[in-house]
Amino acid sequence: MAFARSRQTLAIAGVLGLALGVTACGTGNDKKSGNAGSAECTAYEKYGDNDGKKVTIYSSIRDIEADRLNESWKQFEDCTGIDIDHEGSGEFEAQLGVRVDGGNAPDLAFIPQPGLLKRFVDAGKLKPVGAATKTEAEANYSPDWLKYSTLNGQLYGAPLGSNVKSFVWYSPKMFKDKGWTVPTTWDELIKLSDTIAASGTKPWCAGIESGDATGWPATDWIEDVLLRTAGPEVYDQWTTHGIPFNDPKVADALNRAGTILKNDKYVNAGFGGVKSIATTSFQEAGVPITTGKCALHRQASFYANQWPQGTKVAEDGDVFAFYFPAIDPAQGKPVLGGGEFVAAFNDRPEVQVVQTYLASGEYANSRAKIGDWVSANKKLDLANVPNPVDKLSVQLLQDEKTVFRFDGSDLMPAAVGAGTFWKGMVEWINGKDTAAVLNGIEGSWK
Amino acid sequence: MEFDFAAEQPKFLMLMYGLIAFVAVVGGLLLLLDVVPAWFARRREAQLVAASVSGAPLPRRGKPQEGLFALFFLLPTLLLLAVGLVGPAIRTTLLSFMDAGSNNWVGLRNYGWMFSDPTILRVLTNTLIWVILVPLVATSFGLIYAVLVDKARLEAVAKSLIFLPMAISFVGASIIWKFVYAYRSEEQQQIGLLNQIVVSLGGEPKQWLLDSPLNTFLLIVIMVWIQAGFAMVVLSAAIKAIPADIVEAARLDGVSPWQMFWQITMPSIRPALIVVVVTLSIATLKVFDIVRTATNGNYDTSVIANEMYNQAFRYGQNGQGSALAVFLFVLVIPIVIYQIRNLRQQREG
Repeated sequence: MAFARSRQTLAIAGVLGLALGVTACGTGNDKKSGNAGSAECTAYEKYGDNDGKKVTIYSSIRDIEADRLNESWKQFEDCTGIDIDHEGSGEFEAQLGVRVDGGNAPDLAFIPQPGLLKRFVDAGKLKPVGAATKTEAEANYSPDWLKYSTLNGQLYGAPLGSNVKSFVWYSPKMFKDKGWTVPTTWDELIKLSDTIAASGTKPWCAGIESGDATGWPATDWIEDVLLRTAGPEVYDQWTTHGIPFNDPKVADALNRAGTILKNDKYVNAGFGGVKSIATTSFQEAGVPITTGKCALHRQASFYANQWPQGTKVAEDGDVFAFYFPAIDPAQGKPVLGGGEFVAAFNDRPEVQVVQTYLASGEYANSRAKIGDWVSANKKLDLANVPNPVDKLSVQLLQDEKTVFRFDGSDLMPAAVGAGTFWKGMVEWINGKDTAAVLNGIEGSWK
Repeated sequence: MEFDFAAEQPKFLMLMYGLIAFVAVVGGLLLLLDVVPAWFARRREAQLVAASVSGAPLPRRGKPQEGLFALFFLLPTLLLLAVGLVGPAIRTTLLSFMDAGSNNWVGLRNYGWMFSDPTILRVLTNTLIWVILVPLVATSFGLIYAVLVDKARLEAVAKSLIFLPMAISFVGASIIWKFVYAYRSEEQQQIGLLNQIVVSLGGEPKQWLLDSPLNTFLLIVIMVWIQAGFAMVVLSAAIKAIPADIVEAARLDGVSPWQMFWQITMPSIRPALIVVVVTLSIATLKVFDIVRTATNGNYDTSVIANEMYNQAFRYGQNGQGSALAVFLFVLVIPIVIYQIRNLRQQREG
């Protein structure tokens, strides 16, 4: 009996041992082969030798976009010997806080909301950037951008990718066939809308359903209009709660956006009435343009990825975008956009090296060449941007006349910017009047 | 797409670690279960042998060892409960008396907010509607169905039809029903079942999930669809367990089917009925997936669990989120106590 027992024990121990052995084989060739010293690596010499160091990055970027990221810093990894471990998550905004609170913070995070960045700065979790990163960031990005990651006089991260939200998508083919021209002023835009409406089809299509972020496309509309009617100074006061959320100027902007979004003659082409905007997903909202059912769709540059397969996105193609025209010429050429900031939870030397590299012009060009990417980086060479819409975006961002402002809902505290503002817009589309919606949001901002 | 083993290596590695952890824990436990009793047995054997050799009286078996042994087996459960349940519950309660960043004490402010903010009051009302309607409707539906198909032909088929939705996750079910409620404008082909029915009857398509309070009821339908099968199966088993002699005696006394149901079936299956209602009530209080998937709490459909997640994890309002969690906990407690007392009574009776 004692013999049988010990045999049983032996068998169990054997299984354990076997499993351990298999993993030992698995971990064999993990190490990256550093080829520092070769010709293409001379550009990376200034980053020093950090062979064998590892830097973790956490972001909301997934799938093919994440693959492109990995490709973009591959050469940097090979030359400096730093291993960049990027992890993308669909629940980034919620999970980042959980990870940081749990003592499992990543070295770097690509944070798309300055409001969220501020939350981590206030909690004392983020580290200000090092001197090298600061120099690089200030050389490559305009103060318009850097002010969003500057808190208490300290810079907490350089911008990385960007997008331009002030675009109206249209079909160049349809416009040519019908003899319409691209409007360059607000009045022309309304006139064109009336012309299209008179021809029997509704001109605008829109959709604000977006899973747990439902409502955000409408907040972009309001921000874009407010930036045009009231100007950047009022816009800044509004996003920082310097003026109440329900200021008459905001109400005016909302009502003006309503002349399109809540106008039964204008919307919702291809989907139904005004209320169908609330349940139409942002991904499919612009698609009727490709079938000729809709003529105009206001959405950011990244909507270029949402068109059905085989749609040619170009100035002479199936779809393209034009600049959402200014309303008041005195307010310059306002551009609403977004982007992510490379913030550090750790200040180990290799983390700062990666942060500096990501702020550099070399990185911006390396990433842009792979495609589908826009950045406000001044060193980004237009020739390296393959996609026509991205090119248009970069042109707008690099234009001297452009007055850039960050997406307001990303600047506000999350409870407002990702909460009551989104929900308020859904209610507004669903029939609630402007004053009630704005008062409700103002009441939630403490 | 080609599959590159080298590129996928980290994932395989992760898989391997998981496997090893599993083998280590399960194997380790098996080893312990095997080795510890064997060691005790061997020691006892040695003692007995030594005693019989020396001719001394046989050593008595120590009693406390058994208690120690029980503790040894309870330890993992106690530890996991302390780490996974008691600790977080205490921390959440403390957080509910603190501000958004969990830095300062704010007393009862979060609770005050909960019972004064109109949107949260709406959330509480919605939860109340859910918790009243789901157990009631799902249980009645399950009960009626169980009685009707009992001893009928093709009973097994009829039962599995109702039971099938149980196998679908809440998220999956919500996506299915979102298609049922889907809306397309009049001039287009309807893709939603409900609107297609309305249109073919000559009506206008409606955006079902947009209008409050109708949308909350439509979401409740999803939960009932899933849970009715559970109620039906448990109650059907209870009906089958009613002793045949009681039923026969009643028949001989000439009861009508109506009397049979109210005076024989109902009293006999009362314990099962209570279990079903209690289980459904707790599941309904916690409902999160359906609301989040179908409407994400928009259009006035939010419930406590959904709002709690939004407040704590998306808006960074730890205090308010915790207050909602504590309130949910407080709501569940009486139901659990009732259930435990009921079970105890049954055991004694």
